[in-house]
Amino acid sequence: MPKLVTASQFANPDAAYVALVEARRGLDEPAAAALDTRLALILANHIGDIDVLKEAIALAKES
Amino acid sequence: MFDMTISAVRKTIYRYDYRRSADQEARDVVRRPVVVVGAGPVGLAAAIDLGQRGVPVVLIDDADRIGEGSRGICWSKRTLEICDRLGVGEQLVAQGVTWKLGKVFHGDDLVFAFDLLPEEGHKMPAFINLQQFYLEKALVERVDELDAIELRWKNRLIGLEQHNDHVRLTIDTPDGAYKLDADWLIAADGARSNTRDMLGLKFSGVTFEDKFLIADIRMAADFPTERRFWFDPPFHAGQSALMHRQPDNIWRIDLQLGPDADITEEQKPERVTARLKRMLGHRPFELEWISIYRFNCRRLDRFMHGRVVFVGDAAHQVSPFGARGANSGIQDAENLAWKLAAVIKGEAGPSLLATYEAERIQAADENIAHSTRSTDFIAPHSAAERALRNAVLALAPKAEFARRMINSGRLSVATVYDTVLSTPDESAFAGSAQLGAPLPDCPVRNLDGSSGYLLENLGDGFILLTFKNGASSSVETQVVPEGVSHVSIGADLTDPDGVLNQRFDATPGAAYLLRPDQHLCARWRSLDRGKIAAARDRALGR
Repeated sequence: MPKLVTASQFANPDAAYVALVEARRGLDEPAAAALDTRLALILANHIGDIDVLKEAIALAKES
Repeated sequence: MFDMTISAVRKTIYRYDYRRSADQEARDVVRRPVVVVGAGPVGLAAAIDLGQRGVPVVLIDDADRIGEGSRGICWSKRTLEICDRLGVGEQLVAQGVTWKLGKVFHGDDLVFAFDLLPEEGHKMPAFINLQQFYLEKALVERVDELDAIELRWKNRLIGLEQHNDHVRLTIDTPDGAYKLDADWLIAADGARSNTRDMLGLKFSGVTFEDKFLIADIRMAADFPTERRFWFDPPFHAGQSALMHRQPDNIWRIDLQLGPDADITEEQKPERVTARLKRMLGHRPFELEWISIYRFNCRRLDRFMHGRVVFVGDAAHQVSPFGARGANSGIQDAENLAWKLAAVIKGEAGPSLLATYEAERIQAADENIAHSTRSTDFIAPHSAAERALRNAVLALAPKAEFARRMINSGRLSVATVYDTVLSTPDESAFAGSAQLGAPLPDCPVRNLDGSSGYLLENLGDGFILLTFKNGASSSVETQVVPEGVSHVSIGADLTDPDGVLNQRFDATPGAAYLLRPDQHLCARWRSLDRGKIAAARDRALGR
């Protein structure tokens, strides 16, 4: 059974997108990529479930 | 929206005659309660709404024709409900193309589809597409029916002096200039408002660097009647495209050109034709209108300046993704009209007008926020922002959360006013009716057995809507305050399918107080004369 939730969980998805876009406003691509990497580590730890993490990696790779 | 360049091809325009008015001959300057500047959709709607309330209006416009420019085409449900109250709604719907579905493509693939009005039982559709000049023509014809309104073409506002309780206007005409005093001036003179310039007022907000080509073309095609939006389509690589159907086999096509596009080159018909051929293939088409735009999301800090009130594009501007420009302008007009009429008739103090500003600044900020987000998504500011946008599009086919983040424009819905005019709920209510929001429409049956809709039965004033409790409606009648009309569900109208009960979460004896703009301002589970009168006073800013 997949454990990764891909259904939308934000009450306001636009607000979540704005937060992400504003975080990278003014950054060049390497700086934005470094930010994303730190963000991935922080959120992976917050989730704290290796199965979910692996499913998320698989989805990101196939998209 | 701000058009940088335009190329006219269209011939369909309506011309009106300049007529000399008696005010130009008067020895002393004539004083009028209300002058509206600008006979676009917003100025016309404001004038009609005031005129229907018996307020005399002079409406001036510097032109003598309508029909130029590639302007508004998408009219929202709330706008149509307002137009219905103003007497032209059914005509617009009959003339327009009704739609509610939107599709978003990434490349060739459909990634997201939406339905803007999934439920039945509303008189007005989610949207119609109709050329702005048809809407303006219908409103001009409605103006002609109302004795309270005098529409003066080729009257250009060239001077404005503010006084304590009026403004003195200088108006230029083909016969020379004349002066006119107005207790109130409504500035509905659009994005390049002359009135705004005369008062030296500036906008706050952002201008987007990307340029967009907007073309109206005439083409026989059987594409479905829906809004279609593409990110990075094969026919326009790396950019976005938007397509809308209009009546008369006219199609609106909007192509993103990027920040570096050469405006002079891009508006050459042969270049536009080549771009459109890549999109439309072998289908023959004729160019009707071409404009190149850059978009602004910005507003005035204040909409009221002494006796001058700004409405529509003169007060605020958004990008077209979401159809929030003209629709919000017409909603400004409606919000202002009943309040200004109440002030002029002495039913409310001038402080009621402060709530026009508060409520419509709330709406403008909502529209600007949506429009800015959409434009950020469609035209990212940098490679890093584009990478995020493209990641959302790439995930969309497999992850619902990503589909929900795709933003090709969040389409205009009415604002739920968070306002001092509402009386807070004492008891809980479910249903789709919301305090501060326009009423949800519902199917009803009239006394003669015919079918109709709730909103078309409400008229222009305050309404107390009650749900019958038992046999007699005399109790209901006794609690209706002065200046409020009463509609009893069960006596005046019935609710054949129970939809009204459900949308209002009504129980027997429940009562709902509606503002003249059909927004809900108070509701109760039982009738109390004192509470109803207090809520009416509160809604008038007393």
